[in-house]
Amino acid sequence: MARSAFSISAALIVAGLIIGPVTAVLWRGGGFTALSAADVSALKFTIWQAFWSALISVVLAIPVARALARRAFWGRSALISVMGAPFILPVIVAILGLLAVFGGNGMLNLLLSPLGLPRLEIYGAQGVILAHVFFNLPLAVRLILQGWLAVPSERFRVAASLGAPVFWLLEWPMLRRVVPGAFAVIFVICLGSFAVALTLGGGPRATTVELAIYQAFKFDFDLSKAASLAVVQLCLGLGAGGLALFLSRGDLLGAGFDRVVQRWDGSKVLDAVCIGFAALFLLAPLVAVAIAGVTGLIDLPSSVWGAAVRSLMIALGAIVLTMTLALPLATKAGEAASLLGISVSGLVLGTGLFLIVQPFVRPSSVALPVTMVVNVLMALPFVLRILRPGIEAARADFGRLGQSLGLSGFALWRIVYLPRVRRPMGFAAGLTGALAMGDLGVITLFSRPGEGTLPLMMYDLMGRYQMDAAYGAALVLVVLSLGVFWVFDKGGRAHAVV
Amino acid sequence: MLWCKDAEFSQGAYSLSAGLQIEAGKVTAVIGPSGAGKSTLLGGIAGFVPQTRGALYWKGVDITTFAPAKRPVSMLFQDNNLFPHLSVMQNVALALGPKLKPGATDRKRVEQMLGLVGLDGMADRKPAELSGGQQSRAALARALLQDRDVMLMDEPFSALGPGLKAEMLDLSVALAKEAGRTVVMVTHDPSDAARVADSIIGVSPNKAWPPIATQSFLSDPPAAFVDYLG
Repeated sequence: MARSAFSISAALIVAGLIIGPVTAVLWRGGGFTALSAADVSALKFTIWQAFWSALISVVLAIPVARALARRAFWGRSALISVMGAPFILPVIVAILGLLAVFGGNGMLNLLLSPLGLPRLEIYGAQGVILAHVFFNLPLAVRLILQGWLAVPSERFRVAASLGAPVFWLLEWPMLRRVVPGAFAVIFVICLGSFAVALTLGGGPRATTVELAIYQAFKFDFDLSKAASLAVVQLCLGLGAGGLALFLSRGDLLGAGFDRVVQRWDGSKVLDAVCIGFAALFLLAPLVAVAIAGVTGLIDLPSSVWGAAVRSLMIALGAIVLTMTLALPLATKAGEAASLLGISVSGLVLGTGLFLIVQPFVRPSSVALPVTMVVNVLMALPFVLRILRPGIEAARADFGRLGQSLGLSGFALWRIVYLPRVRRPMGFAAGLTGALAMGDLGVITLFSRPGEGTLPLMMYDLMGRYQMDAAYGAALVLVVLSLGVFWVFDKGGRAHAVV
Repeated sequence: MLWCKDAEFSQGAYSLSAGLQIEAGKVTAVIGPSGAGKSTLLGGIAGFVPQTRGALYWKGVDITTFAPAKRPVSMLFQDNNLFPHLSVMQNVALALGPKLKPGATDRKRVEQMLGLVGLDGMADRKPAELSGGQQSRAALARALLQDRDVMLMDEPFSALGPGLKAEMLDLSVALAKEAGRTVVMVTHDPSDAARVADSIIGVSPNKAWPPIATQSFLSDPPAAFVDYLG
């Protein structure tokens, strides 16, 4: 059957793109240089920071999620939407925002110093954890909020009429079910942290394994060391990814947060404080970037536009390639295969691809295509999670009708399936584009100066302390990322008949 | 003649055996308790439900291994007969080939057929803009336009009110007979069978019985269907 032939080729391509680089890394790291003391401390730091980032995110998320679950207020749904934003917000932009609030000359230090309080230092382990909490607190809130909203409201009514302790009766069992999964997902995400560690960490006490790979590669050009570290990261990712898959049940991107459970307990003041602090913590950095970005626009070097065009090309290429692979892979087996990609970090894939192409071409000349391919592999699991239900529904509802009309292969997709999944496809394409647009990962390994993407250029500007220009570039990047997301998401919705 | 020769159709753990012959050019009803396998029989004939034993012949040709689209069969499903994102014209024109923009000749044929089922001037509407009865008419138009000898109907009108259902049944059977089609229709209502069918296939759990003339089936039902008919 044509469909299975396509599925199999797509699966083979994806598996090859993951297994090929991993094999290259394993083969090259085969000598397995014993880990140095610095490598071991990088491994320890990676696990340590991921543990604390996940723990703090989850602990802070519980009261916020509870407050959102039981309070209806003006702007509630907007706030929950904003909580989805860090997912598509370029990491480097968020870091600039955090610098504006928590940095050496940030707002918080300006407030603290007149009071004679010690200055906050954002660079180092605390900064890495702070940034991870910034990114993952919203995710934790959404996951735990889903758990809260899944408790039938009748049970709260029964508990209220009995005067029973709501927490022990209803909330504790739910939290025990949901929180470990949320913790595991965030733990895994933080294990693979690169851009945050690159910008806020570093040094002997705040280097992650991913960052160590980059350093071995970029500064020492010690490929076998980079490869051994990549093997370490691979084991970390696969182990933790398996754990997360086992523990997590929630739907990361799910909708349906509109409901507010009517409750008869809890303090309104406490809930307001929780929501207020969470909103301030999440929104202040974003607002700071927007304000500093507008004034920074005049300082933008003209090379920004070349970088913006390269980033856009990567985003659009990643969208086309991801969708082409995702449609035939939208089966249970395909989704499982693509999950491989999530456990294998971008830098490991990048290292492997570098090792593969190095004998044939100058790696820097393929920096952009490699960045695109790695982004495709990273986006696929999310895209499949989004597309599969729609395609399966279309198959269940109209598969037989299509068959009885003799529709098959491309015609079946064009006439039956694609129109049925326009909306999720638009959303998934927008997500892919925004993620690829903002990615600051594998490009750092390959690129030559002046040929990088917009996020890389921002990183360079930060390194040269041209902060105003960096903020200006951040604004351009945010507008383009959100713009790409918006265009595709809207495109999917327009004229969609469902 | 459609001949299920010692056939067995299996779907998961469920299987239905059928050794029977359906006369060409006639209307045959399939009745029996819900869950017994009426739809499985139709799905098996259409090629959707795998055949695990025996053979299937249409006018002497072994079609057992034919893909659904290659069988001489058009089908009206219980629901989802129309693609909601396509116009009536596009939906019906799919009977003539996998094209979303039918040419002038095809358009003409579609419009003629739409006229025949009473959907004049509705070609450009989307299914959501039609009433339930009109949607059934569009699906019927497509099934008739498909050049297939056998028309299978899996209770396509069950969501309609009783009057409309009877009207659609009469229309379908009249047009199908006019086109020389063989009709096999599932129903859970014996009066539907009495109304239009020449003979009746009774389906008891896991077994489809050979057809019996409608009058004798209803007046003197086989033992397996006495309780069902009440």
